Order: sequence, then structure tokens, then C-alpha cells
Amino acid sequence: MKKLSFVVTIALSIFCMATVAVAGNIVIKGSTTVLPIAQKVAEAYMKENPEVSISLSGGGSGNGIKAIIDGTTDIADSSRFIKGKEVKLAVEKGVYPVPFRVAYDCIVPVVHPSNPIKDISMDQLKAIYKGEVKNWKDVGGPDKKVVVISRDTSSGTYEVWNKKVMKKDRVYPGALLQASNGAVAQAVAKNKYAIGYIGLGYLNKDVKALTVNGVTGSMETTIDGTFPISRPLFMFTQGWPKGETVKFLNYVLHPAKGQKLVGEAGYVPLY
Amino acid sequence: MANTRQIKDRGMNVFFFCIATASITILFMISVFLFMEGLPIFKVVSVKDFIFGSYWYPTSDPPDFGIFPLIIGSVVVTILSASVSIPLGVMSAVYLAEIARVKIREIVKPIVELLAALPSVVIGFFGMVIVAPFLQNVLDIPTGLNIFNASLMLAFMSVPTICSISEDAIYSVPTNLKEASLALGATHLETIVRVVLPASISGISTAIILGMSRAIGETMVVLMVAGGAAMVPASIFDPARPMPASIAAEMAEAPFRGDHYYALFATGIVLFVFIFIFNIIAEHIAHKYRQVGEASL
Repeated sequence: MKKLSFVVTIALSIFCMATVAVAGNIVIKGSTTVLPIAQKVAEAYMKENPEVSISLSGGGSGNGIKAIIDGTTDIADSSRFIKGKEVKLAVEKGVYPVPFRVAYDCIVPVVHPSNPIKDISMDQLKAIYKGEVKNWKDVGGPDKKVVVISRDTSSGTYEVWNKKVMKKDRVYPGALLQASNGAVAQAVAKNKYAIGYIGLGYLNKDVKALTVNGVTGSMETTIDGTFPISRPLFMFTQGWPKGETVKFLNYVLHPAKGQKLVGEAGYVPLY
Repeated sequence: MANTRQIKDRGMNVFFFCIATASITILFMISVFLFMEGLPIFKVVSVKDFIFGSYWYPTSDPPDFGIFPLIIGSVVVTILSASVSIPLGVMSAVYLAEIARVKIREIVKPIVELLAALPSVVIGFFGMVIVAPFLQNVLDIPTGLNIFNASLMLAFMSVPTICSISEDAIYSVPTNLKEASLALGATHLETIVRVVLPASISGISTAIILGMSRAIGETMVVLMVAGGAAMVPASIFDPARPMPASIAAEMAEAPFRGDHYYALFATGIVLFVFIFIFNIIAEHIAHKYRQVGEASL
């Protein structure tokens, strides 16, 4: 019992510390997809403003938005827009979450440079990843087996792919698994019959990016919304941000500062 | 005078006892933690569905937590790598201990042991960048990241362990046993096969099991080279996803204390049980075939 009350006290004090975010302290929580961006920008920001300390943690978009509603964080990273249910919950608590679009995530299907295929449709991609199309000749390529390369199911990249391409259907179990964007690029570069998908920032000359439904994956097509496998990434604040938080968000959105780091983290900057 | 000596001795005893039990305590605590974090998954799926379920979709809605393909992946990779590494390791050990001249032995043995010090990520990278494209081109198979490649890389890793420990066992077979065999008219080969190997079988089996334990628990190599398809493989040129690869790839992003997290720890329990059984078998063999009398090791 004693132990329990001790734990509760500790938890409460941490809770309070997080709520009363003193000027000079920023708490960021949420999506692991946005985490690399937040991390890079936070590091640069703290270097320029040594008096500010930023505490970062992951936990997923849902947890981040929950923390904004509960007021336990200053900024919530999210790889999706806030859901209707969450808005309702927030308004009931008298909280108005404000979204800031900070970057885009763009996932490009890639093949080996020797593969003659240039364009692929969303339906063909889905069929390949469902294991229905097993031969390149079915999508207009050579008569060779397709080697499907996918990401580990916990990654944000897989999440986008699963939602936009698979429409929540399952990737078939015979797909090869790689644990990072870099590893997928490497595996595709070494295999003539492979197809994989990577973030736009990871494209290199050893792999060939496919156009999807005739649209090339690029910064422009991502920003104007014509490339189908992309999504905006958000940071939410509780009400209109004040003090250090608004300075930080301005830094994130600054074309030469935060947005440059967004590009370095492998995502698509806003401008 | 004698009293201080006794106190000193007792103090030494306690000190060394604490040191010796430290590692046991740590291991015990890690196992307790492993079970504490793994067992809650069985509230969501039954043990049978977890072990024999053939679909691993931990993040789908609804999720499937079946690790049968992962277990098969681990077992197949380990057996195949053992079938390469055991003959290689034991035969090199025989050569080094029995046939090679002293000078060669003195050069080769440290080199073999140095091979064991190669970081697994280096071996994994080698397999991914050199061996995989080579297999693809030469055998004309769809992917070089497969069970065969992974087994080969794991065999590289276990050969030094197997060779080095077996060599010690073979080398320590008493000379008079060999001399007796040769004096009875047996050839060198007959002596090795009928006398030396049986006399050192306990040490050799320990070596083999240690090598195989290393192979089944190895993570980086299988993560990079085995391909990672979570399905029961149909041939040795199919990709597979052994248990450690699955844990390593997914743990970082699995929500803390969520079902996925528990399921990964439960996979760890299964792996732990496998290695535990391996070690019991090794202990049993080492005990059963221990030579008594002159040849005891």
C-alpha cells in the first residue's frame, strides 16, 4: 500500500510538472513518424537557444492527441488529422486543439533500374502486395517472379502504405521484410526482380522510382496532392500557442531552418 | 592469530560467493522480467493459437499473433547452418589437433578464434551485399536474401566456436590412448575415428550445442539476410523470418505494454525455452559420454 501511494505521488508530480510547462520548457509527444523531424528540429533549436529544454517522446499519434486533450504536453506530433471523436472530447473539456502542418510524408514505389516498367497503377500495386500478382508479365514487365519487399508492420511508412495502397488489406506473408527505408533501398538495388517502397528522401540512383497512375512522386506532386501515396504530418497545440511553443513552431515552419531539417530527415518540406 | 585467519577466510568465502551468485541473480531477474512482460499476451490469444497460428499480423485490426512461421524459420535456419558448420568445424578441429604440424596449428588456431570475434553486423552486411547478389545471379533465384544465405552466414559464425572448443577436447585426449591404438596396428585414420573422436565426444557435443545456440539466438545476421517473410518456407531458397529478427525489427515501434509488445516478449520466451532445451541436451550428453579413468576430460 505504501509502495502504491509512493508510485502515485511520483506519477502525480510528473503529471504536474508536465502540465505546468514553465517558459523555457517544451514537451513534445506523439507520432513516431514525426519523431525524427521533431528530434532534428529540437536539437537545432536547443543549440540556438541553450536556455530552452525540449523533452521528446514517441508513443503514437493517438497518444499525442490524447496528451493535448489532457494538457500533459505542449505539442502533439501526429501523422494524421485529428478525428471527430477526439475533437468532441476536446471541446467537452474546453480545449481547442490547433493543427500545424509541418511536413509531408511521400512514399514512392521503387524497382531495380534494369526493370523496364515505368508506371504502375494503385490497383496493380495492391494486387502485387496482396500476392495476387506474382509475375512481372502480369503488369507489363518481363516473365519473372516478383520479389515483394515490405517494411516491418510497426513503421510509419508501412502505415501509409497499408492505408493508401492496401486500403487496410493485409500484405501477404511471403513479402520480404526490411527494417528501414535504407535497407529496402539496398535490397531493391541488389535485386533485379524486386519491388519496394521508400520515403522520397531515400531515393538514389541505384533504384528506379515508378510513377503511380502516371504521376511522378516528387515534392511538387506531393504538395499539390496529385501523388496518391502521401500524407501531411501535423503538430497540434492546445489552443493558439504562446511563449516558447510559438517560437518553436515558427522555427519548425521556417523555410531555411526547420523545413530544411525536414528534408534532411527524409520527408517533404512544405515549401 | 588463527582467529584473524579464520575471519579472513570466511570474508573471502562470502566475497567470492557474492561474485559468483551475481550473474545467476541477474540472469534470474532477466528471466522473471521476460516472463512478466510476455505472459499477458495469453489473455488475448491461447498458447496453442500463439505457437501454431500461421499468421503474424500484429498491427492489423483485428491482429493475428501466430508465430508458427517464425518458429519454423528459426528451426530451419539453425538446422541448415548446423549441417554446414558441424562437419566443417569438427573436421578442422581434427586436422588442427591430430594432423597439422605444431607450427601450422599455432598459426591457424588463433586465426580461427579471431574469426569468432567478427561482429555479426559485418557478417550480415557481407551476406546482404556480396552473397545475396551472387546467389541470385548464379542460381537464378528470385531473391538472394533467403534461408540458404542466412544459414551460410550463421555457419561462418558458429564454425570458430565449434572448431575451437572441439579442438581443445580432441587435443586433450591422452597420448597413451592413441599410442595403444596405434600399437594394436590401427592406422592413423582408424585411431582418429574409433579412439580419439569417441574419447572426446563429450567436449565435441558441448562445442556443437554452443555453436547452434549462437546460431539460433543470432539476431543481426538473420535480420539482414534471411529476407523476413513471415510464412512457412517451401524451399531453402525461400525467405524466412526467424524469431530474433522479428523481435528486433518490431520492438522499437511497438506501443509500450500493448498486445504487440507482449507478443514480442512472448516470442522471446519461446526463444529462451529453445535455447534452454539446447543447453540441457548439451549438459546431458556431456555427462553421459564423459570418459572415466584415463580419458576423462
